[in-house]
Amino acid sequence: MKNLLKNLLALLALLAAFNVYAAADIEVNTPGVNAIKNSMQARHGQLSAYYASGAVGLTMDGMIAVRDAGSVPLAARQAVNALVAAENQDRSALYAEIANANGHPEWQAEIRSTFAQRWVQHAQRGWWVLSNDGWKQK
Amino acid sequence: MRKIGMVLPVAALALSACVTINIYFPAAAAEKVADKIIEEVWQQSDKPATVKETK
Repeated sequence: MKNLLKNLLALLALLAAFNVYAAADIEVNTPGVNAIKNSMQARHGQLSAYYASGAVGLTMDGMIAVRDAGSVPLAARQAVNALVAAENQDRSALYAEIANANGHPEWQAEIRSTFAQRWVQHAQRGWWVLSNDGWKQK
Repeated sequence: MRKIGMVLPVAALALSACVTINIYFPAAAAEKVADKIIEEVWQQSDKPATVKETK
């Protein structure tokens, strides 16, 4: 009887440890995530100058937005808009892809808000962030 | 035998508790993967951006 109890407890401890470990992991090494990542990485080469000039800034919902179109030469404005739209499409797809790849599509909103905070954290000084009280420079 | 009658429901409860852990969003792990992806997309080193700027 005592042995049975001991075995049961040991099994429970093992299961609990395994489950905690499984819960603490998020898989992002999937073809879908990597493809989006590469696309965003390539686009960043064009976007970084606009972050630095303040033409484009980060939003608190994990996206980016045109902040000051006036600082962009007229000829390039359409290109900036297109860059922002494409980047936001990739970002949405990235958050969804990570949630789906981990079998929890309902995590998408939490993944998005996690990313939103981390983008701002990693942003370079001088970049702009749109919060509830408007645009602020980091 | 009475003991088993008590242990089994407790064990069942504990097991179901283990399963529910999986449903919670693993915030710490999410932050880690977010950091890794952001560093790759923005091609930053492991150091925070603020450290990189000091000359």
